[in-house]
Amino acid sequence: MHTIPNTPEVEKELLDAIGVQRFEDLLVNIPRTFLEKCRIHLPEPLSELEASRHLQNLANQNRNTENTVSFLGGGAYDHFIPAVVDFLIGRSEFYTAYTPYQAEVSQGTLQSIYEYQSLICHLMDMEVANASMYDGATALAEAAIMSCGITKKDKVLVSPLVNPGTLKVLKTYLSNRKIEIALLPEKNGQTDFSTLPELIGERVAAVLVQSPNFLGTIEELSGVSAKVHEKKAMFVLSVDPISLGILKSPGGWDADIAVAEGQPLGIHQSFGGPYLGVFSAKKTLVRNMPGRIVGQTVDVDGKRGYVLVLQTREQHIRREKATSNICSNQGLMALAATIYLSLMGKTGLKQAATLCLNNSHYLAEKISSLKGFRLPYGNAPFFKEFVVETPISPKEIIAAGLKENFFAGIDLGDYREDWKNHLLIAVTEKRTGKEIDFFVKFLSKF
Amino acid sequence: MNVPSNLLFTKDHEWALISGDEAKVGITEYAQHELGDIVYIELPAVGDPVSKGDSIGTIEAVKTVADIYSPLSGEIIEINEALKDASELVNKDPYGEGWIARIKISDPSEAKGMLTPEEYSKLIG
Repeated sequence: MHTIPNTPEVEKELLDAIGVQRFEDLLVNIPRTFLEKCRIHLPEPLSELEASRHLQNLANQNRNTENTVSFLGGGAYDHFIPAVVDFLIGRSEFYTAYTPYQAEVSQGTLQSIYEYQSLICHLMDMEVANASMYDGATALAEAAIMSCGITKKDKVLVSPLVNPGTLKVLKTYLSNRKIEIALLPEKNGQTDFSTLPELIGERVAAVLVQSPNFLGTIEELSGVSAKVHEKKAMFVLSVDPISLGILKSPGGWDADIAVAEGQPLGIHQSFGGPYLGVFSAKKTLVRNMPGRIVGQTVDVDGKRGYVLVLQTREQHIRREKATSNICSNQGLMALAATIYLSLMGKTGLKQAATLCLNNSHYLAEKISSLKGFRLPYGNAPFFKEFVVETPISPKEIIAAGLKENFFAGIDLGDYREDWKNHLLIAVTEKRTGKEIDFFVKFLSKF
Repeated sequence: MNVPSNLLFTKDHEWALISGDEAKVGITEYAQHELGDIVYIELPAVGDPVSKGDSIGTIEAVKTVADIYSPLSGEIIEINEALKDASELVNKDPYGEGWIARIKISDPSEAKGMLTPEEYSKLIG
């Protein structure tokens, strides 16, 4: 982008041409009170050296997973990212590109998206995947909208243990579409599906579940899809992609639409984004899917090529009847996930998942034997994240943890009154035995 | 362009074959020609109530999508299931095998507002 300074001479020339005395004369129609509020009070200019020193000092105050040991989860996780991922996505051919608009001239981009879609289909055990969406939350919201479009119904049943941030996004997405959201009951850290047949009325388009859920608990999904399908509704499942290294896939649970937050797949936590919305479905639903889809074909000479397919779903053709208003994808993050999954392979993903499982269960067991600490959902199975009931406010534990250079977890009391004194702890494959033991020792002091 | 003399038409290029209180509906030869290769058709559901001018489905061609508007009011009593797997029937035989749906007519007087074959021929000129 070119930034051309507006010199006093240039400004005068412009104002003369327009025929006004001062720039402010152009703003006479805006009430004065609003203009006062808009005034930006900037400090005096700094030299380059001063500015870079100032910014560096600010940046150094940040705590991140490079300088702090993280037991934080709740939707974004500190998984290992092989250096190759950042190296490759940092190449300018990829780094500067965006979702393909002049699609077919970007064969490299299209091929990478095609590979991404193929990997996601394998991972989720689903038949079709799109080129990705903004994040896991918008992917789930799009799944709800898609379900209503297919079934022509206007209500969704949602597990109350879906990530609270995702629930907020869902509410925002559905608020102007006249789609009602109702919550399922819960019991002991899991969604309670026992009353599902009674709860799915004529109006319910979909049942939305996240597993492992926000508390880290693996949901008991046996028989759920059958109950949902009996009432001609869609079963939408949101998963942790890393967990699929060892847990049953969405396809295995007979989900109609399967989504995920793709951040664990080689994407840095940053400050909450950019992340990656993984979206996949059964093939019969492909025409109702949101987002872009890349297909493989041959050109006139019989050579392999890639194209955007089924574009008539998209809004540049279908206008108000488009399946979604998304006309983009999360290109660079999808590429990161593609590279990550290629590097890990089935074996690597299984190893990472197994380490998460073992590490988190080791820590949970140690904590449960500490005086004053308790696992409130003790018997519920979990993958890499679990809840601990604490003898004092989790905030105190978190603050003390920062002094010892680690993130102790998330205070669930910030989300719900009945989760007061509940600390959410995540343990990835990156955590060493030493780090975990240190954490236990630290907690034993409370 | 083929405009059968036993049918009635709309300015949106649908046709209706009325027999008694039922009507078979589809899109015209002209419409299928303008759309080009049809790749997918979204059909209504049997039992759906329809008002004249309502969208009862969409026709998807390679580069565009068009609505199918019901030429008459009533209720959908049958849909052409064959189109689910063979949407090209609308291209090949728009007045025959490529029919879209059958409607039980609730207001027979609406037929008077439809275009005659002569009027439709003039429209597509």
